[in-house]
Amino acid sequence: MNDHVSESIQSTIDDNDVVLFMKGSKEMPQCGFSNAVVNALSYLDVKFEDVDVLQNEEIREGIKVFSDWPTIPQLYVKGEFIGGCDIVKEMFETGELSQLFTEKEIAHTKKD
Amino acid sequence: MPMEQKEIESLIKVSIPDAEVTITDLAGDNNHFSAHITSSLFDGKTRIQQHKMVYDALEGRMGGILHALSLKTTVKKD
Repeated sequence: MNDHVSESIQSTIDDNDVVLFMKGSKEMPQCGFSNAVVNALSYLDVKFEDVDVLQNEEIREGIKVFSDWPTIPQLYVKGEFIGGCDIVKEMFETGELSQLFTEKEIAHTKKD
Repeated sequence: MPMEQKEIESLIKVSIPDAEVTITDLAGDNNHFSAHITSSLFDGKTRIQQHKMVYDALEGRMGGILHALSLKTTVKKD
């Protein structure tokens, strides 16, 4: 991965509390796995930055190396890699996702 | 060509010998699977680490020919 790709990813996750690297946009996800994470975040009313990897092949491949994670979507909260679709869905179902946003002081709506 | 369920299961068991693997063909198309893996080796690890162990077992197939494998990992208790 080029330095400029890794720097660009780093600055995106530094500048935004919640970042979702996904296929498509949050308005129009292009993959069911990405869509599932968008739905979980939207349900909790979390504001997040979406990065459409389909618009940038370097980011698409770079984020996999950056996170050492082979699939997309990938969720970052305050610079920390939280997981992909399966993990986020599981955390959503158990209430851990909402708890995480509380701990990280991210504005969201609690729906227990 | 899609991977066979048995191949996924045996690759996982090579790396995680005590794994109990349940694979479900989600769409009946031999292409969209979910795998539930239970192992004592997951003990003390985060979900991310557990999933990475499975991805490592699949030797780079994840995200490539295995686009649609949904994972769930559980720690096996004695």
